[in-house]
Amino acid sequence: MKIVVAMRQLADLVEELETNADGTDIDRDFVKFVSNEWDEAALEEALCQKDDGGAEVTVVALDEPDVDQTLYTALAKGADRAVKLTGHDPEAWIRTGNRAAILAAWLEANPFDLVLTGVQAADDLDGQLAGVLGERLGVRHAAVVVGLHPTADSVQVEQELGGGTLAVSTLQLPAVVGVQAARQAPRYASITRIRQAQQSQPLDEVEVSIDAEPVAVTVRRMFPPERRGGAEMLTGSASEVAEKIAELIKTKGLARG
Amino acid sequence: MAKIAALKGGETLQNCYGCGKCVPVCPVDLVGEYGPRKIHRRVQTGLDLFKADELWMCTTCANCLRVCPKQVNMVEVMPAVREAAVAAGDIPEELQLVMEKTFRYGNALGENPRRRHAWTKNAGVPVRVLTNEPDPVDVLFYVEDYWSYHPRGQQAAQAFSRLMTRAGVDFAILGAEEKTIGDSQRLAGEKGLFEALMDDVVQVLGKYEFNRIVTPDPHGFNALVKEYPKYGHSYEVLHYTQLLAPLVDRLSLTKRVDARVTFHDPCYLGRHNGEYDAPRTLIQAIPGVELVEMGRCKGNSYCCGGGGGGMWLDGFNANHLSERLSERRVREAAETGAEILAVCCPYEVSRFEDAAKSTGNESLKVMDIAELLDLAIG
Repeated sequence: MKIVVAMRQLADLVEELETNADGTDIDRDFVKFVSNEWDEAALEEALCQKDDGGAEVTVVALDEPDVDQTLYTALAKGADRAVKLTGHDPEAWIRTGNRAAILAAWLEANPFDLVLTGVQAADDLDGQLAGVLGERLGVRHAAVVVGLHPTADSVQVEQELGGGTLAVSTLQLPAVVGVQAARQAPRYASITRIRQAQQSQPLDEVEVSIDAEPVAVTVRRMFPPERRGGAEMLTGSASEVAEKIAELIKTKGLARG
Repeated sequence: MAKIAALKGGETLQNCYGCGKCVPVCPVDLVGEYGPRKIHRRVQTGLDLFKADELWMCTTCANCLRVCPKQVNMVEVMPAVREAAVAAGDIPEELQLVMEKTFRYGNALGENPRRRHAWTKNAGVPVRVLTNEPDPVDVLFYVEDYWSYHPRGQQAAQAFSRLMTRAGVDFAILGAEEKTIGDSQRLAGEKGLFEALMDDVVQVLGKYEFNRIVTPDPHGFNALVKEYPKYGHSYEVLHYTQLLAPLVDRLSLTKRVDARVTFHDPCYLGRHNGEYDAPRTLIQAIPGVELVEMGRCKGNSYCCGGGGGGMWLDGFNANHLSERLSERRVREAAETGAEILAVCCPYEVSRFEDAAKSTGNESLKVMDIAELLDLAIG
């Protein structure tokens, strides 16, 4: 089974984010970038599949800041091949539609059975990549997947629906899956191994050109949430405070009956 | 056993002839079941140390090595076996997070590298950052992680800056360019991370002209003195107590600090590097201070539990120990009747302050020697 894991970078929240001069994006000059944690889960599930029955795992990512680190770490963890797609502006925001188009262009030339990617990314919470990519490739797709059981020509997926409901379905391969969680926490790649990967396993760089989609939606303004109100501090002795809390519970309809 | 002996650094475990001198001096055995002899015997009888929880409990304090007639060197054995385990992906989760943070941010706390010198704002004296003012300097103050980021460490860093200014020392820091030396990460099995950090550290140090490096962290100190030369990098390095001790007269310590003080020797300053006098010289120079020693001190000093990765394994070790090593040590300190427990390793203030609270010894104050001296400045 050939599994492709699509990974991406996003701003590291260790930095205090600021908006750029236009107020339409975060200021990307002073931000560190890390891999999307849902993509890490997708990679982990792919590596578990490899451990189970010998899948071949290829990691593919668009050129974005610090992406080499992510790709080498994936190789150190056990991925067989890492591909970096170039041909776009690596410093700029890439909307999901274009990201899907670039990935699809590469995937059309590189046969696969299963594409795994994170169900969403913490920056835009868009959650559309698996679906858009599946449509572009004309293959089946599913999102919010927490369990993955492939057979020879299909894959059974468990999807987390709202309200604690799980759905189990079977997709014919090839398919694209948005992973919500792997069966275990992402494994550790020792720094020695990452450094070995850097020295011995070169990244494949592939230039991809696409016809960018016409821009239908633009960001008008990006801003931190405005502060509204604040917490009310209850003062007084313990019994006075307890009485106020009891009053609040009664009047705010927090208690039944 | 053969697998361990085949590792570089793992050779000496098999030398053990079971005399048992190491067990009563092992700080971990005092609060659990441990010690090199016990490990040796259990490996002989089938324990897979590469997969065992026991692998992570050694703090590399080196008290066993001090008494071992066969030179079984756990300070080398444990890191060697850990390195193999880590390479195979076997590492406690809490330690894994620290390794990833250290690699990504250059500090174990996962803090923003650009805020490394935020503490200088409230130092009360100017602190030169070489990135902005790169002129040659006498003392390169290598602040390390806990003095840079931990709130109680920052107070010590500020106090130390005031002391150096008072003593007329020409000093500067690297600011955002500083990364941890990562010696504890090395001993916890991440030699690759240590070497990656060293590449960066050496490159940054090469940009500036200085005479000596001074650091508050005995772990970083240990690596600069003992490990860096193995890779061909030699610097003149002092622990901060070694810088201040000969300058103590210049500090004009005139304010009395009327207190009974006991002192905890950091393993990596004392046992590992033989410095017992400089901290004591400084404490005793403070008017009003009465220094009382704990039963376990100097070469036989107890361990705070923070070395060799123990700093980041509190949760993991809680499953195996009756109490934390720091709690045990704080009770020893309280038994001396001391009001202040003086320390000079950045790991210890937070460890001992927590332990003082959890053992009901809140009245015991934990202070860095730099803070104590700062109190005494007239």
